[in-house]
Amino acid sequence: MTTVSQAATDPHSWLRGQSRWSYFEIAFWVIALLPFYFFPTYLTLASQIAITALFAISVDLVLGYAGIITLGHAMFFGLGAYAAGLITKAGWGEPLTGLVFAGAFAALIGFLTSFIIVRVRHLALIMITLGLGFLTLELANAMSWLTGGADGLRGVDVWPIFGWFEFDLWGYTAYSYSLIVLFLGVVAARRIVHSAFGLSLRGVRENLTRMPAIGSPYRFHLQKIYTISAALAGVAGALLTQTTETVSLETLSFQRSADIVVMLILGGTGRLYGGIIGAIIFMVARDQLSGMNPQYWYFWIGLLLMAVILVMPNGILGGLSRLAGRRS
Amino acid sequence: MVKKIVVALAMGFGLAGGANAQETVKIGVIVPYSGPFADAGNQLDAGIELYIQQHGDEVAGKKIEIIRKDTGGPSPDVAKRLAQELVVRDGVDILAGFALTPEALGAADVATQAEKLMVVMNAATSVVTEMSPYIVRTSVTIPQVNYPFGKWAYESGVTQAYTLVADYGPGHDAEQSFARGFTEAGGEIIGADNTPVANPDFSAYVQRVRGADPEAVYIFIPGGAQPAAIGKALAERGLTPPDTKIFGQGELTHPEALESMGENALGIITTFHYTLERDDPLNNEFVEAYREANDGRSPDLFSIGGYDGMHLIYEALKETEGDTSGDALVEAAKGMSWDSPRGPMSIDPETRDVVQTVYIREVQEVDGVLQNVIIDEIPNVKDPLHGADE
Repeated sequence: MTTVSQAATDPHSWLRGQSRWSYFEIAFWVIALLPFYFFPTYLTLASQIAITALFAISVDLVLGYAGIITLGHAMFFGLGAYAAGLITKAGWGEPLTGLVFAGAFAALIGFLTSFIIVRVRHLALIMITLGLGFLTLELANAMSWLTGGADGLRGVDVWPIFGWFEFDLWGYTAYSYSLIVLFLGVVAARRIVHSAFGLSLRGVRENLTRMPAIGSPYRFHLQKIYTISAALAGVAGALLTQTTETVSLETLSFQRSADIVVMLILGGTGRLYGGIIGAIIFMVARDQLSGMNPQYWYFWIGLLLMAVILVMPNGILGGLSRLAGRRS
Repeated sequence: MVKKIVVALAMGFGLAGGANAQETVKIGVIVPYSGPFADAGNQLDAGIELYIQQHGDEVAGKKIEIIRKDTGGPSPDVAKRLAQELVVRDGVDILAGFALTPEALGAADVATQAEKLMVVMNAATSVVTEMSPYIVRTSVTIPQVNYPFGKWAYESGVTQAYTLVADYGPGHDAEQSFARGFTEAGGEIIGADNTPVANPDFSAYVQRVRGADPEAVYIFIPGGAQPAAIGKALAERGLTPPDTKIFGQGELTHPEALESMGENALGIITTFHYTLERDDPLNNEFVEAYREANDGRSPDLFSIGGYDGMHLIYEALKETEGDTSGDALVEAAKGMSWDSPRGPMSIDPETRDVVQTVYIREVQEVDGVLQNVIIDEIPNVKDPLHGADE
């Protein structure tokens, strides 16, 4: 992590310097277009990776930047997924407004729960987020008249994007759509973390008690980022609904909350791209390993996770940036 | 225009994948091979495997190739992606498996879009076959076994009953179809309770049932440790046959459950489409071969679903002489009938759903071992919900 002491000049120009697009980032987005030409049969997987990456970024905002440890973020992913599915069942299948609706709904719930979140820290936070996640899952299970219960939501009908781009079997539309939304999500997240607000979040993460002393209302900051993160997670969930036209209780499950944290740690927390890299590696590995051995592939995933974390405790991006730093 | 070229290119890739498959028929199997439902997936897979082992891997001059994909659980999004990939990347001709309803619902659209035969080998929610004209089911539906069971219960002399079901989709379906059959015949449901799906303590519920003092209790709970727990709770409070009849769906008294329930299981009456102990040459041969291939493990409803699903695929391919187009295969499957280890079964030409004998079984001690003994059979049962308004 770059320390603020390097900024000899005023903080605003330091922040500006931080927010400049690096060559690595530009290269990353160019590479993200490659599947269209080189792996056209992997586009559905690519679109689900993009969706998971967006979800990972939403978790990174609260976990990596603000230090809110969460094991229940699938709650917002699932709420967004169900919101997007239910609005199509109500007769409005337009995807872009559906995305906004789902994001807004998740944000509302995020804002309401944030009042509880800011009251606790550390282990208690894990318990609270976990509990909220389970509550939402059981609620969705019990309200089977609305959610379809264990069978999943049926009859989700999403219209073509702009009335023209239909969601095709190969996943061209799904990947293009998911990638564009992911890109916009990253742009938004970059603005947030490279703003004065983002900086104060890191302050909260590093030393909670000092923030009020320097006149920074940390509770308000935490509530704000938690709400924004919930909205992003909701949008990711809505994307999954729209590109697959299905929603199930699994979108709300603990497994999804846990997996996303694993991906984030794998890629490196507090770096935005860490979540994306983690999602790519985790999901590609899962796809390849489960193809080779459908019964026991979790064994290899476990091995991969341990190997990566033992060699690079700060995740892949953390390890790479340390290597790069050593060379220079 | 650009979009059309892109799609054409993609189709080219898809076809290129299928071109070298001229002499093979690729079947993509989508089930949970890992996670909490792995046992169901693996039993289903063992049924598929046994059928291929017994009947060879060549049909109508083509070689059968199985491509296995793991969903990890009831995730329709994963199932849909796997189905898309199987079609686009692996160039499969037939989609099969689907142990869980969400998996089948997720993949249904893909079968329709790609025009591929989709054989549902378990997923037991009624509506599944209505989600695509390419779906054929070879397992069972919950209303199929419970609706006639409700009628049978009334005709056996029970006039009022209490229902106690696990609080989730299949539990509600079972409760509704049993109650419908029972009340339509003239019976009365005097009480209904839902138990939590995971780790329930049955004693309080059973106490409530006892208070209502019904002639019979209908129970639907997930397998695993629960049958033993509820058997114990019922026995402790004196709710045992013949004073109070205990009704349930087959899973309640499957062999592993019987082992853990012990004597408490005696007299429980269940309804099912497959009975392991049914004395029939086909079934005996099937059970023996299955145990031999799977370290003594007995086949269950998943195994028989996979086994009969493969039978349907083989016979359909024979009839189309190796034509793997979805329309031809579905057409061949409609109205197909055969003798399965479970008994006579057929595919309804209108709904593409399974039609079969429903067995009413009672737990009895035979040669010192607890068994499900068939006490009645209801032949040619269709799913009662198809065509009916939901």
